[in-house]
Amino acid sequence: MKSKNLYKYILGIADNSLILGQRMGELCGHGPSLETDIACTNISLDLFGQVRSYYQYAAKIAGDNRTEDDIAMLRKEREYVNVLLVEQPNTNFAYTMARQFLFDAYHLLFLQELEKSNDLTLSAIATKSIKEASYHQRFSSDWIKRLGDGTEESHQKMQEAINGLWTYTDELFHQTEADKAMVEQGVGVDVTKLKEVYYKQVGQILEGATLEIPESKWFQKGGKQGIHTEHLGYLLSDLQYMQRTYPNMSW
Amino acid sequence: MGTKNWPLWEVFVRSKNGLEHRHCGSLHATDAEMALENARDVYTRRNEGVSIWVVESKNITASNPDNNGELFEPAQDKVYRHPTFYDLPDEVKHM
Repeated sequence: MKSKNLYKYILGIADNSLILGQRMGELCGHGPSLETDIACTNISLDLFGQVRSYYQYAAKIAGDNRTEDDIAMLRKEREYVNVLLVEQPNTNFAYTMARQFLFDAYHLLFLQELEKSNDLTLSAIATKSIKEASYHQRFSSDWIKRLGDGTEESHQKMQEAINGLWTYTDELFHQTEADKAMVEQGVGVDVTKLKEVYYKQVGQILEGATLEIPESKWFQKGGKQGIHTEHLGYLLSDLQYMQRTYPNMSW
Repeated sequence: MGTKNWPLWEVFVRSKNGLEHRHCGSLHATDAEMALENARDVYTRRNEGVSIWVVESKNITASNPDNNGELFEPAQDKVYRHPTFYDLPDEVKHM
C-alpha cells in the first residue's frame, strides 16, 4: 500500500458520512412528514455521494483489488472508524436533527480546512462537499431553533436530545496517529484547532433556540479506534445484509 | 408529529434566469423558512430551479368556478380582441 496513513485518514473522514448517511436513509418512507422525509433522504444521498469519492480514492491507494463497495460494505465493526456521534439511533426526530446539527457544525468547519489540503483529490472532494454541508447545517440549525424555541414539548424533547448527544461531541476533535501524520504532511486537518470555534458556533445556535448548553465535563470516545456503541452492529447488519447474503451481487 | 395541522404553501419555481416563476405544486410547512427548505428538497432536487417563491395558500384569492360564466364566457365571442386583424410587417416577430 502506497500510504497506510493516508488510507486510514480517508476512512476516518468517509466512515462518518457513510454511517450518518445510513442513519438518515433509515427515515426513507418513515420521516415525520413527506417533506422532511424527502429532506432527510436528500441529506443521506449527499453524504453517500461524498462517501463514494472518498472510498474510490481509498481503493486506489490500497492498491489491491478492493473496490469502493468492498470498503463500504465488507469491513467488520471494529474496522469502522466513524465517531460515535453519527451512529446514534433515530430515537425521535429531535435526536435525528440534534445529531445532524452537532455533526454538520463540525463537518463544515472540517471541509473548509480540508479544501486547503495539499492532496488535490481530498481538496477537490472538500470543495464539492462544502455546498452540500452548508445546506445541511442550515436545515438542521433551523430545526434546532424551531423545536427548541417551539412549544413546551418540542423544547423539552430537543433539550433531551442535545443533552443525550453532547457526550459524543468531544471525540470529533481527537486525533489518531494517522491524523497526526497527515497534518504533518499538509494533507490532513488539525481538528484540535476547530474545537473552540465549534463550541462557540454551536453554543450560539443553542442559545438562540432557548436551549441550555450542557455542562457535562465527561465525554465518550472510542469510535475513531473502532470501539463503538452497541448501536453500530445493528446498523451494519442492515447496511451489509445484501452483500453478506449474496456476495458480489450488483444491481 | 404530523403535517395535518401545518399550513399549506404554494410553490413557484423559476427554472432558469429570464423565465418567469411557475407554479409547480404545494406542500406543508410551519413557517416560511421551512416552506422554502421543503420546496428546495421536494421540487428542485433534480436541478429544476434557480429561484423559489413560496406563499401561504390562504393568501391567494382565487376566482370561484361557479362564476366562470360571467367571468370568462363573455370573452369567447370577441375575436376582435385578438391582434389578428392587422397586417404585421415581416420584421415584427413573435407576436
